[in-house]
Amino acid sequence: MLLASLPFYPLVSFLLLIVFGKKLSWQLAAIISVSSMALTVLVSVILLFELSVSQNQVMTVNLWHWFDLTNQLATSEVNIRFYLDGLSAVMISVVTGVGFLIHLFAAIYMKADVNFSRFMAYMNLFIVAMLILVLADNLVLLYLGWEGVGLCSFLLIGFWYQEKSNVLAARKAFIVTRIGDTSMAIGLLLLFNTFGEFNIATVTTLAQQANNIAAGPSAEQANNIYWIALLLLGGAVGKSAQLPLQTWLPDAMAGPTPVSALIHAATMVTAGVYLIARMHGIFLLAPEVMNYVAWLGALTLLLAGVAALAQTDIKRVLAYSTMSQIGYMMLALGAGAWSAGVFHLMTHAFFKALLFLTAGAVIYALHHQQNLFKMGDLWKKLPFESSLFVVGLICLMALPGTSGFFSKEAIIAQLWSSNTAGPLLWWCAILGALLTSIYSCRLFFLAFLGTARFTKKTHSEKSTLLRSTLIVLALLSLFGGLIPLDLSLVFSALNERPLAQLDEPSWLHSIAIITPFIGILFSWFYFKHYRTAPIKGTEHDIQPSDSKLVVFCRQGLGFDALYNALLVKPYQWLAAVNKYDIFDQIIMLNAWYVSLWHEALLLVQNGSLRWYLAAFGLAIILLLGVSFL
Amino acid sequence: MTTIPLFHVLILSSLLFVIGFIGVVARKNTLFILMSLEIMLNAVGVAFIGAGSVWQQADGQVMFILILTLAAVEAAVGLALLIRMQKKYRSLDIDLLNQMKG
Amino acid sequence: MTLTVIMLALLMAGALAWRTEKYWQGSAKWLALISLALLATVFAVFVMSHEIKPNDGFAHLQVLSRVDWIKTFNIQYSIAIDQLSIVLIALTWLLGIICVLVSWHEIQRHVGFYYFNLLLTIAGIIGVFVAVDMFLFFFFWEVMLLPMTAIIAIWGHEKRQFAALKFFIFTQVSSLLMLVAIIATGYFHLLQTGQLSFYYLDWLLLDIPLEISQYLMLGFFIAFAVKLPSVPVHSWLPDAHTQAPTAGSVLLAGVLLKTGAYGLIRFVIFLFPQASEQFAPIAATLAVVSIVYGAKMAFAQQDFKRLVAYSSISHMGFVMLALFAFNSNAYQGAIVTMVAHGLSSAALFAMAGMIYQRIHSRDLADMGGFWQSAPRMGGFALAFAGAAFGLPGLANFIGEFVSLVGVFQVMPEFAIIAAFGLIGSAIYGMVLFQSSFQGTPKRDIIDLQSRELIICGSLLLTLLAIGLYPTLLLKFSFGV
Repeated sequence: MLLASLPFYPLVSFLLLIVFGKKLSWQLAAIISVSSMALTVLVSVILLFELSVSQNQVMTVNLWHWFDLTNQLATSEVNIRFYLDGLSAVMISVVTGVGFLIHLFAAIYMKADVNFSRFMAYMNLFIVAMLILVLADNLVLLYLGWEGVGLCSFLLIGFWYQEKSNVLAARKAFIVTRIGDTSMAIGLLLLFNTFGEFNIATVTTLAQQANNIAAGPSAEQANNIYWIALLLLGGAVGKSAQLPLQTWLPDAMAGPTPVSALIHAATMVTAGVYLIARMHGIFLLAPEVMNYVAWLGALTLLLAGVAALAQTDIKRVLAYSTMSQIGYMMLALGAGAWSAGVFHLMTHAFFKALLFLTAGAVIYALHHQQNLFKMGDLWKKLPFESSLFVVGLICLMALPGTSGFFSKEAIIAQLWSSNTAGPLLWWCAILGALLTSIYSCRLFFLAFLGTARFTKKTHSEKSTLLRSTLIVLALLSLFGGLIPLDLSLVFSALNERPLAQLDEPSWLHSIAIITPFIGILFSWFYFKHYRTAPIKGTEHDIQPSDSKLVVFCRQGLGFDALYNALLVKPYQWLAAVNKYDIFDQIIMLNAWYVSLWHEALLLVQNGSLRWYLAAFGLAIILLLGVSFL
Repeated sequence: MTTIPLFHVLILSSLLFVIGFIGVVARKNTLFILMSLEIMLNAVGVAFIGAGSVWQQADGQVMFILILTLAAVEAAVGLALLIRMQKKYRSLDIDLLNQMKG
Repeated sequence: MTLTVIMLALLMAGALAWRTEKYWQGSAKWLALISLALLATVFAVFVMSHEIKPNDGFAHLQVLSRVDWIKTFNIQYSIAIDQLSIVLIALTWLLGIICVLVSWHEIQRHVGFYYFNLLLTIAGIIGVFVAVDMFLFFFFWEVMLLPMTAIIAIWGHEKRQFAALKFFIFTQVSSLLMLVAIIATGYFHLLQTGQLSFYYLDWLLLDIPLEISQYLMLGFFIAFAVKLPSVPVHSWLPDAHTQAPTAGSVLLAGVLLKTGAYGLIRFVIFLFPQASEQFAPIAATLAVVSIVYGAKMAFAQQDFKRLVAYSSISHMGFVMLALFAFNSNAYQGAIVTMVAHGLSSAALFAMAGMIYQRIHSRDLADMGGFWQSAPRMGGFALAFAGAAFGLPGLANFIGEFVSLVGVFQVMPEFAIIAAFGLIGSAIYGMVLFQSSFQGTPKRDIIDLQSRELIICGSLLLTLLAIGLYPTLLLKFSFGV
C-alpha cells in the first residue's frame, strides 16, 4: 500500500544519513535527503488523487498490531494504522510540499555546516514524525508522532549545541511542550476511561451517539467530555505555542532558519490546531471549551501582535507573528469555523515558510545579522529577496487577493455569529489584523527602507535552485487561496449544530477588508523615521526604544519572568535544598546514633594501663561504699 | 608482751596498700610502678601476718611466704620486661604502651 | 532439572574462571562470556521445547522439580517457572552478557574472583526467579546479595566500602523481616493443616484471616519495597549505584531491582490478595511519592550515575503503582516497564561506565560537548535518555502508558500525579543529555569502539523492538 509507505521514504533517508554520517559528501547527503522528500511528495500526490476518486474519501491501512488495552467493557486494539481523509490530506500536502521545498532550500543554505548530514537527517526524521502525527488513526499513535516532532524540534533548536543559549532554548522548548503533552496524556487516559477506545473515528462516533440519545449524555459523561477537551487543549496550546505555554517559541528561533520555517512556522506548531480539528467531535460536545479555545486564540493573537511590535530580531518578529496567526486558527476552531481554521493553517504555512526562508536569505546576505536595527535599505541591495519578502508580508497582512486574505476573511466572517465566539472576539480579531499590518510595516520599513545601517558588503546566494524554491513558495502564497478546500465530509458533524441566531450588521465585511489598510496608513506616518533617510547632519543610527514598556513587550510581556519566579526557581530551590535527600538523612540518623556510642565507648578504651587501674580502684571503692551503705 | 590490736595492723596495711596503689596509678615510670606493686604486695602480707598472729595460726605466715615468692617472681619477670622495654622504646614511660587502644 | 543444571553450571563456570585466571590471564572473561551465552541458549531451547507441549505452556506455574531438602521442617528444593519468570530470566541473560562485555577492560584487579562473583550473582538471581519453596527463595535471595556486596566493595569507586555496607545492611535488615514472615506463614500452615510447609503452591491454598495476613503481607512488602526500591527506604540505591563498578550498576538496576517487583507480584499480591488490596492506597501513595520524588531528586544530582539511580527510583515507582492497581492493563504495563527499565537504565549505566573510562569522572560538570568528538555515543545517549523520559516508540513508553491506563481506571488521582513524573523525567533527561553531550566541548573523547557498539546497539534494538512491537512481551498473559 502506498499510504503505508509514506513515512518510510524519509525514514530510510534518516537512517542512511545517521549511519554514514560525516562520511557522506555534501552532494550525496543532499541528494539522499532531498530525493527522499521528492519521493514523498510524489507519493502523496498520488494518494491525494486516489483519495479524491475514492468513494467516501477515506483511506486506511493497517501496518501492524501495536498493543491491546482492556477496560471494564471490552478489549480494544491499538494499532499502528494510518487514516487518510480530507483533513489529513491537507496536512500531508502541507507537510510534504512545504517540507520538500524547505529541504531543498536547506540543502543549499546549510551547505557549509560541518554537520550537514546530521542536520538533514533530523529534518527527515521530523517529516517522519509529522507524517505519523497527521496520519495516525488512533490517539496513541498520534501521541507518538507528537512526541517525535517534539524531539526533532529539540534537536534542531539545539543544532548548534556548542552555544549555551541554544542548548537552553532547546531545553526550554522541550520541557514547556512536555507540560502540554502531559496534559494531553492525562486527557488520553480519561478519554480511554470514558469511551474504552483510542481510535479517533470510533471515539467521534461514540461521542456523537452519546449526544444523540434522547436524554443526552449523562452528567458524568458530559463532565468527562468537558475535561477531555480541556486536557487535549492543554496539549494543543503547548505544541502550538498559545497562551499560557507560548514562551518557548521565540527562544526556539535559536535554531537554523530552515528549521524555524519548517517546524516553528509551517508544520509542527500547527499540530495543536490539527489535534483540535481532528477531535472536533469531542470539542463540539464541550461548547465551554470551544469558548476557551476561542478566547485563548484571541488573547494569544493580541499578545503576540503587541510583542511583535517591540522586537528587534527579524526572526523573533516572525516568531511572534506565527504565534499570532496560530491564534487566529485557534480562534476559528473555537468559533466552530473548522474549515476556515484549517484553510488558514495551509495558507499560513505557505507564506510563513516564504517569510522565514527569505529572512534566512537576508540574514545570510548580511553575514548572520539578525538585528533589524542593523539592516535598512535592503530594497536596493537585495531586490530579489525584498520583493519576495513583500509578497510574504502582504499575504500576512491579508491584503485582498492574496491567500492570507481568503483564509483570514473566512475566519473573521464566521466569528460574529458563532455561538462560541461572538462580537467581542470579532473585534479582537480585527484588532489583531490591525496589529499584524502595523508590525509587518514596521518590519518592512526597518529592514528594507531607510538607510543602510551596516558596513559589510552584502553577499547574496544566487543559486537558481534556492531562488526557485522561494519563487514556488511565493506563488503558493499568492495563489494558494484559490485552492478549493472541501472539508465538509470531515466536519459533517457541524451541520447538525443549530444555526447562529445573531444578526450580522452589514458593515462587518467592509471593516474587515479595510483594517489592514488602516494599519498600513498608520504605520506610514508613525514609522516615518524608519523608512526615510535621516536629515543630513543628524544622527545616522536609529536605535530601538528602551522605554520600560517597550522592553516589557520585547520580552514577551513578562511571561518568562513570571514562570521563572513561579515554577523554575521554586523547583530549583527545592532541588538544591534537598540535594542530600532528607529520607537518606533520616535513615542515616540510625547509623549516626550507633557511631556516637561507638565513639563514646572508644574514649574509655584508651589503652592506658594506669587509667584502667584507676577505674578499677574507683569501682572497688564505689562497690564497697555501696555494700557498706 | 603487749599485743598490737588487729585494727592497727589493718590500718597500716590499708595505708600501705593505698600508697602502693596510688604509686601504680600516678607513676609514669614503669620501674616505680613495679616498686609500688611490691609495696601493695607487702601491704597484703602485713595484713596476713597480723591476722595470723591474732588467731594464732601459721597459715598467715605461710601465705606471706607465698606472697614473698610471688613478689620475687613478679619482680624478675617485670624487670625483664622493663629491660626489653628500655631497649625497644628507649624509655620507661608506661603510657607508650597503649596499643590496646580501641 | 535443566534449570538446576544451569544454575550449578554458572557456579562451576565461575569457580573455573577464578582458577584459570591465575594460570592464564584474560581467560576468565572469555569463559564467563561463553558460559553465559551457552547457558542462555540452553535455557532458550529448554523453554521453546517445553512450550510445544499440549498443556497451556507457562501460563501457570510449571513445577519442574521437587526434592526434599531439610526433611525435619518439610523444606524442599522445589523450582517452577511461568511466563513472568521466563521473561525476567531472559532479561537476566541479556544483561548478564552485557555485564561481562562492559567489564571487559574495566576490571583489572582480582579478575578471576570478579567473574566468579558476577556469575554467582546471576545464578542467585535466576534462583530467586524460579524458587517456589519459600525457604529456598530466601536462600537464593541471600546468595544473590553476598557476591553483589563483594562486587561493590572490592571493585567499586572511591566510597565503595561505605556503599557496600549500606547496601548490605538495608537488604539484610529487610530480608530478616521477610524471614520472620516466611516462618510465620509456614507456622500458620502448621496450625491450619497440621503440617509445616514452605511450599508456595501450598501457601496459595491457605485461607488466612485478614488480621493475620496483613502483618504477614507487610513483612514481605517491606523486604521487596526496599529492594524495589520505594521511598522512603530507597537511599541505599543511589550510593550503591554510584559506587558500584559499571557491571554492578547494570546488574543492580537491570535485574536486582526487578526481583523486588517480582516478589511483590508473586509473594505479596498473589499470596495475600485481600490484604494487599486493603494496603493498596498506602502502597500507591508510596509509589506516587517515589515517582515524583525520584524525578525531583534526579534533577538535583551532579553525578551521572547518581542521576540515573534516582531516575530508577522514579521508574520503579511506576511498577509499584501499576501492581497495586489490580487490573490486567496495569499488570502488563508493569511487566513491560520492568523489562524496559531494565534495559534502559542498564544502557545508561553502561554509558556512564564508558564515559568514566574516557574521562575518569562521573561529574556532569566535567562533561559537555562530547557530541562533537563522539557522535555515535551522543546518538545512543540521546536514545537512552529518550527511553528514560518515555519517548514513544521505545519500550518504556508502552510500559508507562499501558500501566497508567490501567491505574487511571481504578485510581485516577494517582495516575494524574504519576503523569507529572513525565514532566520531571523530561527535565532530568534533558539535564543528563545536555550537560554531557551538548554545550562547549571540554575535551575530545574517543567514539564508541566495536565492543561498545555491540552493547549499545543490542540494548537499543531491544528497546525499539519492544516499543514498536510489544506483542513480543505482551502475548504472555502473565497469569492475569
